[in-house]
Amino acid sequence: MNWKRAAIGAACVVPLIALFGYGLTRDPKDIPSPLPGHEATPFALAVFAPGQPPLARAPGDTVRLADLKGQVVVLNFWASWCLSCRDEHQILSETARSYAGRPVHFVGVLYNDEPANGTQWIEQMGGQSYPSVTDPGARTAINYGLYGVPETYFLDVNGRIAYKATGPVNAAIVRRLVDSLMAVAAK
Amino acid sequence: MTRLLAAVAYASLGAIGALGSASQQQSPADSVLEARTAVIAAQLRCPVCQGLSIQDSPSELSQQMRAVVKDQLRAGKTPEDVKAFFVSKYGEWILLEPKAQGFNMLVYALPVLLVLLGLGVVIVSVRKWTKPTTPA
Repeated sequence: MNWKRAAIGAACVVPLIALFGYGLTRDPKDIPSPLPGHEATPFALAVFAPGQPPLARAPGDTVRLADLKGQVVVLNFWASWCLSCRDEHQILSETARSYAGRPVHFVGVLYNDEPANGTQWIEQMGGQSYPSVTDPGARTAINYGLYGVPETYFLDVNGRIAYKATGPVNAAIVRRLVDSLMAVAAK
Repeated sequence: MTRLLAAVAYASLGAIGALGSASQQQSPADSVLEARTAVIAAQLRCPVCQGLSIQDSPSELSQQMRAVVKDQLRAGKTPEDVKAFFVSKYGEWILLEPKAQGFNMLVYALPVLLVLLGLGVVIVSVRKWTKPTTPA
């Protein structure tokens, strides 16, 4: 009789413990994005921070995703109030410069911030090699399913979102992803 | 003179108040749109908050998402279209109430199963306790 009770109790409790245990193995902050593999939403955003030659774009120019077809696009959402953005700034800037002249286009998108603050921040950080654009109303951020900053999207040459990186990126990740997308394009 | 100045000041204040209230007045169509936006916004999770809907959250991103909801409704999209748009960008995580399908069914089925299990335990226990004992 005791065995019967124990078996019934275990049958009820073990699945619950297993379910909670499964929950503990998952990072609640790691929310999978449905976007990789899907076509990126087009955007046309105005440049507020020009970047540096040879990657510079004139302030006021419009960066259109449609114009970047055939290139790998690295879209980095950032803000001057974002502390983690400081960690990746130099990495992104130097990596973008190292790909100059190749079919790779880096674009910074200012998220919920004033362009004046963004410009000042870039100056404080020692400059940015690639241009940054404004995103009025965070419409592009919402179209890209942004949770916060920094987030970086890697678009393939066909305008599809290939990868999404949440949080600050490092040089090895950026290079590996960009190189893999260029290798696929070259095939 | 003082009375005249006071009257002018009072009239000015009244005019400013009337202008303010006129600008705050909404047409019935706007009120309906606001109400429809609020219903959908209450079902969408704020991405930068803990367990809040974009209707309840004061965050800037939630306000911007509400603006997207309103714009899409104004453009003639149905509430299902609007929710599908956000699901396509953020995944089903964005829905505060998960769809009753697949693995999500556990959320709905588990409480019912546990209640039934508890009832079963109560019934068995009560029967056992009320069972007439045979005299020795």
